[in-house]
Amino acid sequence: MRRWQLASFALFFGLWELAGRWPVSPAFPPFSSTFLAFIEMLRDGSLGKAYLVTAQPLLLGVALCALAGIAFGIGMGLSRTIEWLSLPVFIILQAAPMAAIIPLLTYMYGIGLTSKVLAVIMLAAPVIVMNSYKGIRNTPPSLLQMCRSFQGTRVQEVVKIVLPHAAALIFTGLRLGLAMGFIGIVIAELLITPTGIGDLISYHGSTADYPKMFATIASIVAVAAISLHLLQRLEQRLFP
Amino acid sequence: MIVEVKGIGKTYDNGVEALRDVNLAFPQGQLTTLLGPSGCGKTTLLKIIAGLIPRNAGEVLVKGKPVDGPGPERAFVFQDFALLPWADVLRNVAFGLELRGVERKEREETARRYIAEVGLKGFEHRHPNQLSGGMRQRVGLARALTVNADIILMDEPFSSVDEQTRRKFQEDLLDLLRHHQKTVIFVTHSIEEAAYLSDQIALLSPRPGRVSKVINPNVDRMKTPDEIRRDRGYLDTVDEIWGMLRQYV
Amino acid sequence: MKMVLSLVVWAVLWEIAGRLKISTIVPPFSAVIEAASEIAPTEKFGKAAIITLRSFGLGMLLALVIGIPLGIVMARVKGVGRLLGMWVNIFVSAPISALVPILMAVIGIGETTVVVTVFLFAVFVITLDTQVGITHADRSLVEMGRSFGATRSQLYSKILLWSALPEILAGVRLGAIRGVKGVVIGQLLVAIIGVGELFEVYSNNFLMEEFWALVTIVFLFAFAVSEAIAYLERRVEYYAASR
Repeated sequence: MRRWQLASFALFFGLWELAGRWPVSPAFPPFSSTFLAFIEMLRDGSLGKAYLVTAQPLLLGVALCALAGIAFGIGMGLSRTIEWLSLPVFIILQAAPMAAIIPLLTYMYGIGLTSKVLAVIMLAAPVIVMNSYKGIRNTPPSLLQMCRSFQGTRVQEVVKIVLPHAAALIFTGLRLGLAMGFIGIVIAELLITPTGIGDLISYHGSTADYPKMFATIASIVAVAAISLHLLQRLEQRLFP
Repeated sequence: MIVEVKGIGKTYDNGVEALRDVNLAFPQGQLTTLLGPSGCGKTTLLKIIAGLIPRNAGEVLVKGKPVDGPGPERAFVFQDFALLPWADVLRNVAFGLELRGVERKEREETARRYIAEVGLKGFEHRHPNQLSGGMRQRVGLARALTVNADIILMDEPFSSVDEQTRRKFQEDLLDLLRHHQKTVIFVTHSIEEAAYLSDQIALLSPRPGRVSKVINPNVDRMKTPDEIRRDRGYLDTVDEIWGMLRQYV
Repeated sequence: MKMVLSLVVWAVLWEIAGRLKISTIVPPFSAVIEAASEIAPTEKFGKAAIITLRSFGLGMLLALVIGIPLGIVMARVKGVGRLLGMWVNIFVSAPISALVPILMAVIGIGETTVVVTVFLFAVFVITLDTQVGITHADRSLVEMGRSFGATRSQLYSKILLWSALPEILAGVRLGAIRGVKGVVIGQLLVAIIGVGELFEVYSNNFLMEEFWALVTIVFLFAFAVSEAIAYLERRVEYYAASR
C-alpha cells in the first residue's frame, strides 16, 4: 500500500515538473519552483498568517452550522410537519449553486467576517442538514419494533435508538460540511474581499509571482485533503 | 390456556387479506408452532399476538384478559436479531430491563446470568459485528429471557443461520425451556423444525391465512436429540404435515 | 407530491415578507416573478444563457468522456486504480474553486476557463462513482458471462456497464450538480460573461428583483438537471436493489 502511494506522489509531482517546464505558459510553474516558493512562504510567515485569518470564518461557520444544522436535521427527521416544510427547500438547496448569492452577502454585510461566515454556512448547511435528516429517517424499522416490543416509550425510542443510529450519518454530514466549508471560504475570499488565503492567491496572481500563487493554492488543497482524510479515519474508528 | 386468539382478521392497506377468522389456544408451558408456506400470515399473526401490529378483527387474550399492545408478559425474538449495533452483548441483553428503568447493577447481573445460559459466557463485551449469526440470535434469545416474560414469541429465529448451527440451536432451545417454565409461540416454515420442537402445531393455509389443522406431534421428548430425529412419532408427524402442505407449494 | 405544496407555502411567505419590507434585499415573490418574465426574453439574458449553457454542456461532455472511461480503467486495471485513486479522492472533496485563479492566469479570462472549471468540478465524482460501480459489479454475473463464452467487449457492453449503471448515473447526477456550481463560480470569478456577470451587475446595482429572478432561474435549472438524471436513475432502480 505504501509503495503505491509513494509511486503515485512521484508520478504526480514528476508530471507536474515536466508540465511546468514545457513552454506552454509562463503562468504554470514546475513543481520544484512551487515547492521552493512554499518553503519560502512558510519561512516568512505569510502562509501561517493567512491561514490564521482564513481559519476563523471557516471554523466559526462550520461550528455554527454544525450546531444549528444537526439540530434542524434531527427536527426534520422526527417531525413530519417540519419535514414537509423543509425537505423540498433543502433538496433544491443541495443542488443549487449557492455561490451565486455570495455577491449579495457583500452588499448586506460588508466585507468583514460576517459575510465570510455566512458564505461558509450557506454552503455547508444543506449537506449537514440533509445527512442528519437521513440518519434519523433511516433507522431500521426492526430496531424500532424491538424497542416497542419491550414497551419502550417514544422518548426512549428516540434517545436510545434513533439518535445513536443517526450518529454515523451525522458525522458523515459534518465531514462533508467541512469540505463544503473549505469551498465556501475560498470562494468568499476570492469574491468578497481578499483576506487570508484568498488574499495571498490574488496578490501573488496580480504580481505575477506564479510559484507563490500556485504554492498557496496547492497548500489549501492539501490542508483540505488532509483534514478531511483525518476525519474519515476518525469516522471509521467511531462507526465500524 | 395462557394465550387465546379469537376471530383474528387482518387486512393490509393494499387490500391484501392476510388473516381471516383465526382461532387458536396456546397451552401454558408448551411450545406451539405456527407453520405454513410463505404468505400464510404466520408472522403477521405472531406480531398481532405480540401487539406489534394492529388487528382488524377479533381479540387477543393473555391470561384471560384482552390486550392491545405489547406487554411485560410477552417477549419477542426477531428473525433479523434486531440488536443495537453500537452496544455490546451485555447492554443488548439487558436492554429490555433498561427500558423499564431497572438499576444498572441489577439489570447487568440478571443479563449475565442469561448470557451464560445461552452459552455466551465471556462474550459480554463483544459487539454484534464481532459475532456470528448464531451467536447474535443467542443474544436475542437471552434478551427475551432476561425480562422474565411468561410468553416468548419467536419469529423464524433460526432461519438466518446455517443448518448445523440451526440443529444445535434447536437442541439447546429445548434444553433451556425444560429449565424455565415458559410458553413459546414459534413461527417457522420448516416442517422438521416444527415436528422436533413443538408440543402443538397449528398449520396455516395461505391467501387468506387461516388455521387448517392443529396437530399434536406424538414425539417422545425424553429421548436424545438424535433419537428423536429417528423416532417413529416424529417421522410420522413430518409426513402428515407435508401431505397437507404440499398442495400449497 | 404533497411536498410540493410546502413550496407554495414558502412562496406565500416570501410574498408577505416582501410586502412587509422586512428586509431591503427581499422583494415580494410576485415582483420577482414579474422581473423573471421581463428579463427572460431580453437579448442580454439570452446571450448570457447561451454562453452559460454552452460552457456547462461542453464541460460536462468532457467530464463524461474522460471521467467514465477513466473510472472503468481504474476499476479494471489494479495498477491504475492504485496510482490515481488517491488523487481522485483528494480532488473530489477539494476546494476546486481555488484552482480557478491559476486557470485564469494560464488560459486567460474567458469562456475556456469556465469550461475547464466545469470539467474539473464534475469529473472527479464521475470517475469515482464509475470506479465504485464497476468494482462492485456482480462478480458472479461476469463469471456467468465468461462461462457462456462472452468476449471482452461483450462482458463490458452486456454485463459490466449495466451492472454499474446505477452508480454511474448517481455519479453523473452529482457531477451535473457540481457542474452547475462550477459554471456559476467560474463565471463569478471571471466576472465578464454569462450569468455570473449578470449576478454581479444586478447585485452591484441593487436590482434586487432581477437578482432574485436570476437566482430562481438558475436554481430551478440546477434542480431540473438533477431531477432529469434522477429520473434515469429511477428507471434502473428496479434492478439496482436485487444485484
